[in-house]
Amino acid sequence: MLAFALYISFAGALLQALLPKSRPGLARWLALATTIAGLAIAIAGYAAAFGQGRQVLVDVPWVASMGIHYLLAADGISRVVILLTGIAAVAGVLFSWNVELRTNQFFAFYLLLIGGVYGVFLSFDFFLLFVFYEIAIVPKYFLISIWGSTRREYGAMKLVLYSFVGSSMILIGLLAAYAASGAHSTSLIALAHAGLPVSFQMWCFPLVFIGFAVLAGMWPLHTWAPTGHVAAPTAASMLLAGVVMKLGAYGCLRVAIAVFPHGLDPWGFTFLGLASWRDVFALLAVIGIVYGALVALAQSDFKFVIGYSSVSHMGFVLLGLMTFNQIGLDGAVLQMFSHGVIAGLLFAIVGRIVYDRTHTRQFADLEAMHLSRRLPFAAWVFVVAGMASMGLPGFSGFIAELQVLIGAWTARPWWTIAAGIGIVVGVAYTWRALQRAFFSDRIPTPHELESEHAHKLAPITWPEIAGVALLGVSTLVVGLYPRILLGAIEPAVKALLGGVQ
Amino acid sequence: MNYVDLFRATLPETVLECAALLVLVVDLAFLRNSALRMRAAMAAWLGVAGCLVAVWAVYAASPGAFSAGNDLLLAAGGSAAVAQLGILVLTCFALLLLVDSGFTRNPGEFVAVVLMSAAGGLLISAAQDLLVIFIGLELLSLGLYILTAFAKKSGKSAESAIKYYLFGGMSAAFLLFGFSYLYGISGSTNLQRIVLGSYTSAAGATPLLYLALVMIAAGLGFKVAAVPFHLWAPDTYEGAPAPAAAFIASVSKVASFALLISITAAGWHFLDVLHAVGRMTITAIPPGAPRPHGVLGFRYGWSLILTVLAIASMILGNLAALVQVSVRRLLAYSAIAHAGYILLGLAFFSPWGDRSAQTVLYYILTYGLTTIGAFGVVGVVERVTGSDRMDAFLGLHKRSPLLAAVALVFFLSLAGIPPLVGFWAKFNLFAAVLGASQGALPFTLVALAVAFSAVSLYYYLQVLKRAYVMPAVDGSPIRAHPVTLAALWVIAAAVLLLGCFPSLLQGWIAGFYPAG
Repeated sequence: MLAFALYISFAGALLQALLPKSRPGLARWLALATTIAGLAIAIAGYAAAFGQGRQVLVDVPWVASMGIHYLLAADGISRVVILLTGIAAVAGVLFSWNVELRTNQFFAFYLLLIGGVYGVFLSFDFFLLFVFYEIAIVPKYFLISIWGSTRREYGAMKLVLYSFVGSSMILIGLLAAYAASGAHSTSLIALAHAGLPVSFQMWCFPLVFIGFAVLAGMWPLHTWAPTGHVAAPTAASMLLAGVVMKLGAYGCLRVAIAVFPHGLDPWGFTFLGLASWRDVFALLAVIGIVYGALVALAQSDFKFVIGYSSVSHMGFVLLGLMTFNQIGLDGAVLQMFSHGVIAGLLFAIVGRIVYDRTHTRQFADLEAMHLSRRLPFAAWVFVVAGMASMGLPGFSGFIAELQVLIGAWTARPWWTIAAGIGIVVGVAYTWRALQRAFFSDRIPTPHELESEHAHKLAPITWPEIAGVALLGVSTLVVGLYPRILLGAIEPAVKALLGGVQ
Repeated sequence: MNYVDLFRATLPETVLECAALLVLVVDLAFLRNSALRMRAAMAAWLGVAGCLVAVWAVYAASPGAFSAGNDLLLAAGGSAAVAQLGILVLTCFALLLLVDSGFTRNPGEFVAVVLMSAAGGLLISAAQDLLVIFIGLELLSLGLYILTAFAKKSGKSAESAIKYYLFGGMSAAFLLFGFSYLYGISGSTNLQRIVLGSYTSAAGATPLLYLALVMIAAGLGFKVAAVPFHLWAPDTYEGAPAPAAAFIASVSKVASFALLISITAAGWHFLDVLHAVGRMTITAIPPGAPRPHGVLGFRYGWSLILTVLAIASMILGNLAALVQVSVRRLLAYSAIAHAGYILLGLAFFSPWGDRSAQTVLYYILTYGLTTIGAFGVVGVVERVTGSDRMDAFLGLHKRSPLLAAVALVFFLSLAGIPPLVGFWAKFNLFAAVLGASQGALPFTLVALAVAFSAVSLYYYLQVLKRAYVMPAVDGSPIRAHPVTLAALWVIAAAVLLLGCFPSLLQGWIAGFYPAG
């Protein structure tokens, strides 16, 4: 059933492309209907198979001569990220309700991207997964370069080239694994059981892992993320941070770790204190956590703060993957969901609710606007989202980052200490952004009051409230009752760990 | 020599030549006073009809390989049939582009020359003998020089034709010189006998063989626009009229690569030949005598030359394309880059079965199809805006949404984005390279090729960026002739469908080869 989320999205994209240009309203409602249908399927599929193992949805030979199958399947991990995709997709449409320029084309590219994302999360064939992964690249370019803002063409091209270079590395790994396995199949399960030589896994693992980690925002290959997020229109930055970065992390887990698990083994020698690829990537993840947080602290553009915070939070996902134990991997998958929802909410506030009204994202300008008084809704939503982002108990981020840290502690204690610094800085930059953007204590001059009175900010519209509610409720529900996701994640992670050990 | 067999084996070529004459007669005799558009349409459709009859002829002639004595002259079935059918179909599409272009007052002659060139292409696809190869190659090339110069009012067209002709004449001379050495070494003009001879005769492993191979590579490298024999390509692609450029970029490439496949396969399948001829020659060598390693010389020499050409073409083609401002020149450099990928597939040819030949044909056929589409779009834009600069594509999505959509499909397919056919062609080719030869070198080269595909996305996006992202300077709509538009849509649909269902074309190609 989950496969229909994919088909509906692609069908919706095609339909949007054929819609007349003069009917933007129709395009909006159609996009909303498509994404809601996708979300409904994701929820139904999630609930129906809660806690169950891997289920094959479709398995037909695609290219028989090469053993490539059109193999769609889902386990607990895929179901969670598909649920996230459904939520982020609906929220993205709600926050793009005010797109007036070439509306139907916007939603066509948007739904194409969503369809590609669903496809990646459902594929259990390496080749098929790669195809969907690439399908998701091109729409991002057009979404950002046509509808974006600050340095959009630069940001879009950088994002696409980074993604494409990453996917080239994956393609090389795919070709090499296919040639080396001799299994005449590209199914992930068959490749994992093909008994690839350890020496082969040793060099193929980092290749594929880095290829995917480019999109997951691993330091130092993260530089596409802040520029891309800032340049993108609101819905696209929500999707970039909320879903697309998860594509990378998901690929790291589903392909790199599951197919080449021996790549994590110790090298047998120590270089600069690093003894395996696991140490290398964990170090990069920790650097990403701290570096992203520190850079976010120094930004003067509101959206850059969120952009760099994404790099920091995705560092937790990568760190969780590198712990390679049950609780750490649980935390990594949960953090994917959690960050997807929270980053979406933050980008929605900055990009849509604030920027589309004030037309500036500079703290210096925002300070003079007294937004807590003029946009109380935005201010209070940002307080809630900021608390979730800091990882306060009661929100999804808390339980996710806690699990990652516990997992990291059992693996290598110093990772936890370094990542803990990142959390502290995270509190600082969120607090600073909150204070400077909304709760500035500057006393307004009479002239400012007069001009504020003359130029009232547009009122909050219903799609914004609906979108905020959707994302806010998601993070709260998961934060208060994490079993709702962990119940699906834990058996899947256990199966994955059992399969590779 | 049996002339009935010869007639059967060359039926497709004969059909094309007759069609060429028919087009000339109809144009001169019946349509002299008709409007130019009418004459162009008539000539193009007659040409298409001729190609379709030739398609039937290929099927009809396909069991009839033609031999003189014991030597195979024209192969049938297998790579030859696939390449021939591909050439005919691509010629149809190139001809359809003529309907919309007004560069010439003699459409009949244009179509006739196209058909004769295509006949040359059919000949070299099947040829297994040096003399037939050379005749076919000249028949193809001379037609291409004329086609390049066909826009008589355009100085660029004449200039590029002269350049093309001078380079072409030079490379033909090299090729002939190389052929003469091969004949001297082996005493035969038959490809398989030459390979055998290079093994058995004492002269087989001499530097003379390598010299001959280098010269042949120079001659054929010119035809497929491989670096360093590529200098003609950007000028010719830029100067030639759009249908002629599309023809050169697709049909001529398919034919030349089919020839390269014949030569490579002859070198690689020598074992089969040995089995057929008998093992006498091997067992006759007394133990202890110095073993001639002529076959290794042929194989490794040829493979080394192709590898060098492939590396140079991939690097230079992709890097030079980055800085182009003319879309036609961009397509020329991208063609050089694609030739590099394909040469890689030939350099690491599978000694078992026909897998490599099939993947190379798959690549070149789908590449040819896509590039005809790209030239079709360029041709329409050029006719309206008068320029093939990238800026002529500004705001294309507004000026002609249908044209912009097909351009999106073609350029993304050239960049190798799934689910379009260009991606599958690349994947298939690279997988065949890695499957055929183990080791670090093929893997490194495939990694290089994949990395350069990532580079290529940048320059293809430069065109699409203008078509979709940047605002139009001139918002007036661009209208294309319905026939052109329909042809482009058929090509785009094929590019998408074949990409989604890659086994369709793959199975069709495999069907021409003996099972196993």
